[in-house]
Amino acid sequence: MCDTCGCNITDGNRHLVSPGGRLAQTEDGRAAVTVLQSLLSENDHQAAHNRAHFDARGILALNLMSSPGAGKTALLEATIDALGDKYRIVVIEGDLETENDAARIRAKGVEAVQIATGSACHLDAHMVHEALHRLDLDGVDLVFIENVGNLVCPASFDLGQHLNVTLLSVTEGDDKPAKYPVMFRAADLMLLTKTDLLAVLDDFDTAQAERALRLVGSAAPVLHAAPRKGLGIKEWIDWIDGELEAQRARVAAGTTRRPAIQAEGARLHAANPAGGAHDHSHAHEHEHAHQHRHQHEHKHEHKHAHAHDHDHAGETGGGARS
Amino acid sequence: MHELSVCQALVQQLEAVSAANGGGRVELVRLRIGPLSGVEAALLSHAFPLAAAGTIAAGAELAITAAPVVVQCNECGASGEAAPNRMLCPACGGYRVRTVSGTEMLLESVELAAPADAGA
Repeated sequence: MCDTCGCNITDGNRHLVSPGGRLAQTEDGRAAVTVLQSLLSENDHQAAHNRAHFDARGILALNLMSSPGAGKTALLEATIDALGDKYRIVVIEGDLETENDAARIRAKGVEAVQIATGSACHLDAHMVHEALHRLDLDGVDLVFIENVGNLVCPASFDLGQHLNVTLLSVTEGDDKPAKYPVMFRAADLMLLTKTDLLAVLDDFDTAQAERALRLVGSAAPVLHAAPRKGLGIKEWIDWIDGELEAQRARVAAGTTRRPAIQAEGARLHAANPAGGAHDHSHAHEHEHAHQHRHQHEHKHEHKHAHAHDHDHAGETGGGARS
Repeated sequence: MHELSVCQALVQQLEAVSAANGGGRVELVRLRIGPLSGVEAALLSHAFPLAAAGTIAAGAELAITAAPVVVQCNECGASGEAAPNRMLCPACGGYRVRTVSGTEMLLESVELAAPADAGA
């Protein structure tokens, strides 16, 4: 893939391979070999293979990332309650130790494979591939990968998922995107969780959290939810429905999508590499044009994104009273 | 701390590069690392000798170039450096920017001992 198409040659390093660039020189007594390959090219190759497994079956794969305790497993439980009858779901759980999370998912009647990483702080594409071989993917609609709770390392490893969902619980502080820019840049959706606690927190400003997300260069939509209280689930499910439909359209068209990591490589893989003017949003514009065009247009506008945010806050409040 | 696993992947690549180019020892490895890549140059430097021990890259020098975060504005066209958590156009302050540089986690080049030396 990336070894052959030239997508590793980016605007940032193109000058190094142009004639006269310093990599064109050879030092005496040594053979200098220009490589220009991602340090994780082996992982990325495996990730593309995993993604091909998903695409061949029309599966949408979502990678959930967050701090420990932000509510990834609770979100999955609520998702299974809401969608378990409609879609066939499987879950890959990543934790340092214990099968606790997988046991919670299995208690909901959904197949779950636990990857115990030992002391490794992230999942990688090879671990996910091993887990996939322990699952029967035939007839599956959705694969959720619950990554190791960690706001640093998981953002660097493509697993073969189509989309990243980064959870931020409101007890963690609204400045987390500013503190962990690599993680939040990787988000295709930022989901604020435990929003039922906003009423008793005086130091979490949801608008400030969204501003911090924009400042790390992300145009990802922001949703609010409190899964254990059943709040915000409808918006989350609507987002999944829209993305699953977009994935099925991609599969029908013979294309795929990579999550919002390594954005420049993805841009060069796109049909129109010259479309630089819409760089941050290109993947969504190409691939979400079916059902969610309106919603995805919102996120390009800072002002609109706020309006969107308020809508959800209102709906969440309504849910609390009902 | 995932730099050790990144170094282990790097060593695999170095072994492949060497094998494809005459099998010489790896003497110098040039990397380009951006602040938005998620890996830290200093930690890579510490982890590399551990990952390279006993391989064709044992004892190789690691030369890491820090890539700056550079954004280009989709509105006014200006480009310039930015902070990882403040990706704004340096000219107009707009947030609709394209990341030109800063996400690199790149193996740029490898210098190998000439194959004759390797055989000696």
